[in-house]
Amino acid sequence: MNAVDKTGNLSRRGFLHVTALAGGGILLGARFSLDGAGSAVAATADATADADATLNAFIRLTPDGIATIMAQNPEIGQGVKTMLPMLIAEELDIPWRQVRVEQADFDATKYRGQMAGGSMATPMHYESMRRVGAAARAMLVAAAAKEWKTRPEKCTAEAGVVRFKNKSLSYGELASAAAEVEPPNPRTVPLKDPKDFKIIGQKIPGVDNPKIVTGKPLFGIDVSVPGMKYAVFEKCRVHGGKVKSANLDAVKASPGVTDAFVVEPTGSAAPSPSIFQVGLPNGIAIVGDSWWLVNEARSKLEVTWDEGPTASQSTAAFDQQAEELSKQAPEQDLGNDGDAAGALASAAKTLEAAYQYPFLAHAPLEPQNTTAHFHDGELEMWAPIQTPQFARGDLAKALGIPEDGITIHLTRMGGGFGRRLYWDYMLEAALIARQAEVPVKLVWTREDDTRFDYFRPGGYHFLQGGLDDSGNLVAWRDHFVSFGEGPRFAPSAEMARNEFPQAFVPNFALQASKMPLGIPTGALRAPTSNAISFVVQSFIDELAAEAGKDPLQFRLDLLDAAPAGARTSFDAGRMKAVLELVRDKSGWGKANLPEGAAQGVAFHFSHRGYFAEVVQATVSKDGELGVDKIWVAGDVGRQLVNPSNAVNQVQGAALDGLGQALDQEITFDGGRTNESNFHNFKLLRIDQAPPVEVHWVMSDNQPTGLGEPALPPVPPALCNAIFAVTGKRIRSLPIAKHDLTWA
Amino acid sequence: MAIAFTLNGKSTTVDAPPEMPLLWVLRDELDLKGTKFGCGRSFCGACTVHVDGEPERSCRMPVSRAEGKKITTIEGLSEDGVHPVQLAWREIDVPQCGYCQAGQIMSASALLAGNPQPTDGDIDEAMSGNICRCATYTRIRAAIHRAAEMAQASPTDHETATGAGGSEA
Repeated sequence: MNAVDKTGNLSRRGFLHVTALAGGGILLGARFSLDGAGSAVAATADATADADATLNAFIRLTPDGIATIMAQNPEIGQGVKTMLPMLIAEELDIPWRQVRVEQADFDATKYRGQMAGGSMATPMHYESMRRVGAAARAMLVAAAAKEWKTRPEKCTAEAGVVRFKNKSLSYGELASAAAEVEPPNPRTVPLKDPKDFKIIGQKIPGVDNPKIVTGKPLFGIDVSVPGMKYAVFEKCRVHGGKVKSANLDAVKASPGVTDAFVVEPTGSAAPSPSIFQVGLPNGIAIVGDSWWLVNEARSKLEVTWDEGPTASQSTAAFDQQAEELSKQAPEQDLGNDGDAAGALASAAKTLEAAYQYPFLAHAPLEPQNTTAHFHDGELEMWAPIQTPQFARGDLAKALGIPEDGITIHLTRMGGGFGRRLYWDYMLEAALIARQAEVPVKLVWTREDDTRFDYFRPGGYHFLQGGLDDSGNLVAWRDHFVSFGEGPRFAPSAEMARNEFPQAFVPNFALQASKMPLGIPTGALRAPTSNAISFVVQSFIDELAAEAGKDPLQFRLDLLDAAPAGARTSFDAGRMKAVLELVRDKSGWGKANLPEGAAQGVAFHFSHRGYFAEVVQATVSKDGELGVDKIWVAGDVGRQLVNPSNAVNQVQGAALDGLGQALDQEITFDGGRTNESNFHNFKLLRIDQAPPVEVHWVMSDNQPTGLGEPALPPVPPALCNAIFAVTGKRIRSLPIAKHDLTWA
Repeated sequence: MAIAFTLNGKSTTVDAPPEMPLLWVLRDELDLKGTKFGCGRSFCGACTVHVDGEPERSCRMPVSRAEGKKITTIEGLSEDGVHPVQLAWREIDVPQCGYCQAGQIMSASALLAGNPQPTDGDIDEAMSGNICRCATYTRIRAAIHRAAEMAQASPTDHETATGAGGSEA
């Protein structure tokens, strides 16, 4: 590269970095944050948001007129590898066909916030990525103006060409000259009026689709490096158990096996307790020339394990313990408004119900894997990982090597759903590669993947509700029995104190008790919401029925019930709007349904998205359930960046929620996971998938993400539909465990 | 053990244990990574290939059974990805994570080869062995209908492209 580097408009946290490319063209790097009123990150941003929100992008514009945009965030199927470059290309004003997208490696010196999680990409980057594109466009226009000896304001730029009077220069022709121009301040560079958008708002197919449909290697599991061996890793079936002894010599003699050893970490500092909840990896690695052969050799393993304390934990014991705790005074108060106990005592009608939901696995279709190579004291890795920055810090600690000695190549991920927020498999691969002294590709089996997850924790809610004599909700009490120790909940086993209907009911109490847990838990798509919505929106339905009111109207009335000026966790008006839209689109209350068919409704606010959904189900008298259709109404602000992917995400999330509700649960006996593969952890199949009709409320709010918020309303809406047909309340999931026969 | 078969139209011989599943021969011995490992027990369909034109789960098929057969993988379904199913998948923008899609496309192309105008019911039946964890099922149905239309519009392409195993090399 040429040494013509310019750094423009250094502000406290923002600059553009321009480099002229040796072969002609320009490389533009940007790094800045957006503060104050124009902030891309709302004050409500959750814990996954980078508080400093420093953002960046790289654009390479070459004389052939091609803009290559580095996709900095990992792609797990949420569409970010297409969406973020669309934002840049829009303001750059270049035809999408002249845009190429490359996946960036993990690089903390260039990029910040290289992660996938929390439906954060759109709210974090919607404005900043556009500013990067606008700044680049301004430089191209300035370069053209200089050439024509006129002022930039006299020139126009559109579709990759700058014009002035009858003159024109393409971006490719201007690329090298643009590198000589003083960069503008990205924080003040003007942005397009949304009515002039040409790319944002268009249905742009995923940039990797051509490779996906032809089977090109894209995923972590497809990585191959010279001299690579394959590995499997056998862990104690009891979570947290450790190896005492094993017949390694017999395993080493198996065909295709070159090595077998006990893996033990040697790092000095402790990695994240939220990830290594059961300690650092411990188990037996088998390494060899073929993955299938090393996996076959596992059957020859005879291991004596120290199973540890979790061997006494089981689903049945949790159920029993939760029931006992429900009868005792709660361990802690999470939130209190008014006087719930008093209001329940004086209510015209009261209801009590116990709800529970099971542990769930993430089950991404690509099993966990990582390729690792130690050479010259440094570690090189190829990994499907949502959080490379956090992973690297932990790997450095556990291995006792400096962070800058670790290189992570980001691969496309065969699904994540939260599972690849955790990097246990990366550490396993690194430890195995170090001990094997060759490059190693670790691939888990489906059984490993199902058994050794960071499960969505199960939970128990003991609810009481009170209605006044007009059928208005006046009291709500939830004794939430969850997992954790002391004041600390197990990961994703917590509940927000302002969860609906807090602030919408005058007397509200949320209390909790906890059970110790030796099984790792973590975030599953729409964490906490995916479970809480089932409980809250089902019990609301029970109260509506008790009040003798239409369940959808009861919800609308409840959304009106917050006192003026009350501090609510979401905007009730936006929720009412989606509820009214789904009512109208689904023909709620008007549809003439055949016997055995009914609709159920639910809404939920999560990840800044407002979603109300109606599920129509048919239950035969002998209890056979069919889901006929799902209607979704969502509000994620004023702009869908890519409507094609937006609808795909919403349909997928809704069907994901359906699959969970129908027939998914993870159970434990003796500290071991009982389920192992797709025959006993059942993912939704196409013949169970109803049409999902998606509608939008385009409210004048900052655009927000869509990976998660459409999921939570589906389980309760389905259970409410089942109630409407059968009169049976589903108070525990999955539905498959219930007898749905009716007369 | 040397096993000979036709792979994507080319005569191929591999030296592998006879009980080794075809999936691992394809992925790790022949470096064709398009066929995916999902479950290892033929529950998910990510490893679907065509064996003499019929969809098969390669994770449970010992390579010895491939002897003398015509095997087609996603890489050999068409030249340059022009099979109607591949084109329809792109047009409808089916993939999310994309991991299952090779298996979906192999099942869908086998369905259309035997049933050029499938109903939704036919699709559900033929495709229920293929899990999409991202649940792109709505678009999979739409894309199969679209591929059927495209194949009808240009029957020659369709015939060539779905000729199981391709032409003999």
